[in-house]
Amino acid sequence: MFDFLEDYDLLGAFWTTVQLAVLSAVGSLVWGTLLAAMRVGPVPLMRGFGTAYVNIVRNIPLTVIILFTSLGLSQTLGINLGADDFETINFRLAVLGLILYTSAFVCEALRSGINTVPVGQAEAARALGLSFNQVLGQVVLPQAFRSSVGPLANVLIALIKNTTVAAAIGVAEAALLMKEMIENEAQLLLISAVIAVGFVILTLPTGLFFGWVGKKVAVKR
Amino acid sequence: MSSILYDAQGPRAKRRNIVFTVVFLAAFAALLWWVLSTLNDKGQLEWFLWKPFFTSGEPWSTYIWPGLQNTLKAAALSVIIALPLGALFGIARLSDHAWIRVPAGIVVEFFRAIPVLVLMIFGLALFAEYTSVSSDDRPLYAVVTGLVLYNASVLAEIVRAGILSLPKGQAEGAMAIGLRKNQAMRLVLLPQAVTAMLPAIVSQLVVIVKDTALGGAVLTFPELLAAANTMSGYYGANVIASLTVVSVLFIALNFALTSFASWLEARLRRSKRSTGAVLGADDVDDLNAGEVGGAQKTGTGGTA
Repeated sequence: MFDFLEDYDLLGAFWTTVQLAVLSAVGSLVWGTLLAAMRVGPVPLMRGFGTAYVNIVRNIPLTVIILFTSLGLSQTLGINLGADDFETINFRLAVLGLILYTSAFVCEALRSGINTVPVGQAEAARALGLSFNQVLGQVVLPQAFRSSVGPLANVLIALIKNTTVAAAIGVAEAALLMKEMIENEAQLLLISAVIAVGFVILTLPTGLFFGWVGKKVAVKR
Repeated sequence: MSSILYDAQGPRAKRRNIVFTVVFLAAFAALLWWVLSTLNDKGQLEWFLWKPFFTSGEPWSTYIWPGLQNTLKAAALSVIIALPLGALFGIARLSDHAWIRVPAGIVVEFFRAIPVLVLMIFGLALFAEYTSVSSDDRPLYAVVTGLVLYNASVLAEIVRAGILSLPKGQAEGAMAIGLRKNQAMRLVLLPQAVTAMLPAIVSQLVVIVKDTALGGAVLTFPELLAAANTMSGYYGANVIASLTVVSVLFIALNFALTSFASWLEARLRRSKRSTGAVLGADDVDDLNAGEVGGAQKTGTGGTA
């Protein structure tokens, strides 16, 4: 019944999914934190940029962003992110698209975490003579990170599911393999079940693990 | 809330802010300059590539409007089918009977954990193999199937969170005047929960509209994004121009929905007639993740 699976690189496809998710998660955590810092900072221009970025990016379909990186950046403008072969180019473009999109959500998750820090703490820190960078970096952000583990985990799970959009530009991840298998084999329900279970295995433990971490590190107030 | 992090600024801070502003502006201008000059080098800023959108109605009436109609059609169908399904499963998850509650919970959590694209691909093959739906209609059916399966389960969580966000006294009061469980749900809890859920449902529409684009890119569903593709072929490969116009349309449509949702949320929070329970856009982001433990905290998250 499962014989045909030997003809396909199922684990390889899910490995690509995991790689897409991990690389994009790291990238969007960095860029999202910078965006959040801009949005709560004292420089009006940077605040405006952060707000505009989040509002614009959150309202564009991820599919459009990823197609933009492929059709626009790579094929029209010839920007290939330092890769030569088709496969690597599309993989990197997909990671770039996922980072650009996901960081808007990371920024919002962090900002909601920043809002949970009591005003008095920032006031006390300022009264001690700390600068904005010190208040944000040493007092507010560490607590904000701890209280936004839950929302950040939600962003990560959404990101794992969103990696399937990379199929739109031909990255050989799980959804593309599913499409290929369905076209070649007459085993619709079985194939779908295998892919679905694969995603459940990726997302469910992630949710449970970060739910546990979130409870453990949350600042008790 | 940003002002909690810094004081009213003195002369030194003001000077420093000006420095930051200038540096940021310079970096941004450099990036913009690089983008524009790259576009220019590749001839992407030529007027003939952008002209069709400004000087004639043809691209709008031939490509964009039909695409937009299909996007809206798929989104509308999905939400119309998904809402009652979601309400059913949301209420089922709150049932006192484990044999209703547990299966409903498993179904909802399962479909929330699976990417929409996987559900759409499944739908396409399902209609091709087991039904007589013509191959022209199949992409629409598949897109709607995928969106319904996923969004019904998210809407189920919204309904559940909406009902849980009501003060406990509502159910107790209904029981006290002798209503049965089903009457209390139908006559007292659900009508109030619907009000509380409205902003969250509108926010979920944004997710649905964005996900229709998957149908265009992977399933040959002729929606707005797919229209950009055929359009750029017709107007001399103006990929960047076509995608930009389509992105702006998506942003405008979704921004209108987002703004409407937050206006609705603010209005409901102000109004004295409701119980004060409101589910906002932030809750929707959490629910869309499909995390098992995520839904519990949402129940109280929305109360003002």
